[in-house]
Amino acid sequence: MSKRVGIEVSIAIAEAVGLARAEVIPAYPITPQTHIVEHLSEMVANGELDAEFIPVESEHAAMSCCCGSSAAGARTFTSSSAQGLSLMSEILYIPSTMRLPMVMVVANRAMSAPISIWNDHQDIMVQRDIGWIQTFAENGQEAVDLTLHAFRVAEDRNVSLPFIVNIDGFTLSHVIEPIELPDQEDVDKFLPPFKPRYKLDPRRPITMGPVGIPEVYTEAKVAHDMAMRKAKRYILKAWDEFAEIFGRKYNPVESYRTEDAEILLVTMGSISETAMTAVDAMRDDGQKVGLLRIRLWRPFPSQEFRKAIGKAKVLAVVDRCLPPGAVCGPVGAEIRSLLYKIPGAPKIFSFVAGLGGRDVTVARFKEIVDKARQFAKKRPRELYEVIGVREK
Amino acid sequence: MIPEFEKFKGFKAKNLPKEELLSSGHRACQGCGEVLALRMVMKALGKDVIVCNATGCMEIITSPYPHTAWNVPWIHIAFENAAAVASGVESARRVLARKGKIPKKHVDILAVGGDGATGDIGLQWISGAFERGHDFLYVCLDNEAYMNTGVQRSGCTPYGAMTTTSPPGKKSFGQVTWKKNVPAIAVAHNIPYVATASPAYFLDLMNKVKKAALVKGPAYVHIYSPCPTGWGSAGERSVEIARLAVETKVFPLYEVIEGRYIISRKITKPKPVEEYLKTQRRFRHLDEEHIDYIQRRVDAEYEKLLRLAEMD
Repeated sequence: MSKRVGIEVSIAIAEAVGLARAEVIPAYPITPQTHIVEHLSEMVANGELDAEFIPVESEHAAMSCCCGSSAAGARTFTSSSAQGLSLMSEILYIPSTMRLPMVMVVANRAMSAPISIWNDHQDIMVQRDIGWIQTFAENGQEAVDLTLHAFRVAEDRNVSLPFIVNIDGFTLSHVIEPIELPDQEDVDKFLPPFKPRYKLDPRRPITMGPVGIPEVYTEAKVAHDMAMRKAKRYILKAWDEFAEIFGRKYNPVESYRTEDAEILLVTMGSISETAMTAVDAMRDDGQKVGLLRIRLWRPFPSQEFRKAIGKAKVLAVVDRCLPPGAVCGPVGAEIRSLLYKIPGAPKIFSFVAGLGGRDVTVARFKEIVDKARQFAKKRPRELYEVIGVREK
Repeated sequence: MIPEFEKFKGFKAKNLPKEELLSSGHRACQGCGEVLALRMVMKALGKDVIVCNATGCMEIITSPYPHTAWNVPWIHIAFENAAAVASGVESARRVLARKGKIPKKHVDILAVGGDGATGDIGLQWISGAFERGHDFLYVCLDNEAYMNTGVQRSGCTPYGAMTTTSPPGKKSFGQVTWKKNVPAIAVAHNIPYVATASPAYFLDLMNKVKKAALVKGPAYVHIYSPCPTGWGSAGERSVEIARLAVETKVFPLYEVIEGRYIISRKITKPKPVEEYLKTQRRFRHLDEEHIDYIQRRVDAEYEKLLRLAEMD
């Protein structure tokens, strides 16, 4: 029987990786990812998980080991954050176009400088275009469920792509929540053993990672893009099957009190739960406010997002990332470009909040909605608004 | 001694494997000493092998899609990380064999890179893999510069050599540093087997590679690889130059088995270093003073090596 326990989210994620029967785990420690890999190495040391834990000398080596391990046919997991994720960056583009499945949980953290171990989404937005499937978890239960889902989708022969599950550093990774840990039997039903179509095997030699001359490079990249687009079908299918077995249903975009809403907040990750509380409070005041939470970030669920907007007139998109000198935050830019010139599309306003561990409170969400309402009446001077800056 | 060596009788001219695991028809330059050495490496290892290739000449010339020269499983990920990729492959095979998902039969894991990929940019990844004790062998094909990008100097470029980033000029005589001793760095990791080899002594090379594969844990073989394109030498003289490097004590051949140095070929009547230098255009600008210095330093380095071997 599955059991509901009070458990730190990082530990629960490690337990999920164990339930997934991961086979190779190359990892390098970085706050706030550490508890995940510590617990995994403990599980391997205690014989609870039959896997190879490779305590590598850097994140770049971790990702390089992951490539070798996946290519050799083992179920592969790693985890990282911020500077570590950026150190991997050179390699991150490679398993995705080479179609090597693996799962990485990123405990999202701010990028230096100034050095900060606290949460925002700058680290993963830097890696937006690496060609991995990416989801964002809101709470501990979701972090566990999305981790299991990630293995299932990544290794599906119709997909065969690496997969990142984003969890907010500290605000999610280090909190203790009541979480239902699934049964091994159910997980085994949901997640069959990894059987790649191609692997490094002397009985059947193949060449992996050859040179892409100009005559083939474009085709390789287009094939990767096509695989990403096609992956959405299998992402949804796996969520359906997950619901059947575990009773929890996930969608690429979740709507909260959006019916008849005029203003919609758009969020990703754990701040979505605070945003829901804020929406409740504003609804109590009679404001027609709702919330869209983006769970699937890559491939971007364009259709689902357009549909979820309904008749809203204003979107207030909250980014946890400030790219200096850009037009606006990356999520804001994505949505502006998605809805550009669509008849009847809502007005889109971009907000940046919660950088480097700054709390985004209910009051801040109210401020964002108020500002979006004003901007809808009178066009703002700036293309985006940073929330909660002192001595601006 | 290493128990795995007892059953190995060694390659002889009569029993050389005929199978070509690295096919001809690849795109190496004429007289390439590196691909010659790699072919011997593959013959020594046989077909039960997985190759993890660093970015570089050997990767480029053997794998322009849709062609491949490889008759064994081969993977290339990036420049600096072949040792880490090999670590992943080795760990994966260990757990899969334990779980009964693949046959228990031993498969050699070969990581291979040039001198830049090994001694410069990849040093950390190699150090990590050696320290963790993965059962694999790392082969460095040392042609003494970044040849694939157009002959830029590396840490393994010899003193005085002209490259495109160590050009001789009014204020320089070429490479100002002495060649980095990468085998010594490997030895410092206390790995069971380290060796240097040369394609001019192909049986010695193949036997060393085979021993590196037989030994349990990490092993390192550093192979001197003439590069006619980068060195300005005649393609048909590559083997001769490789032999001269040994005979002049410029590139001594030795093994380090469990920390004990054994000289493979003692040079009792060395030829003058100048004889070696004059076979290559990269040394043409050197004057007598520099050649004298190189001779003295080569002698001193060889003395050091002899002392290490005598300590046992």
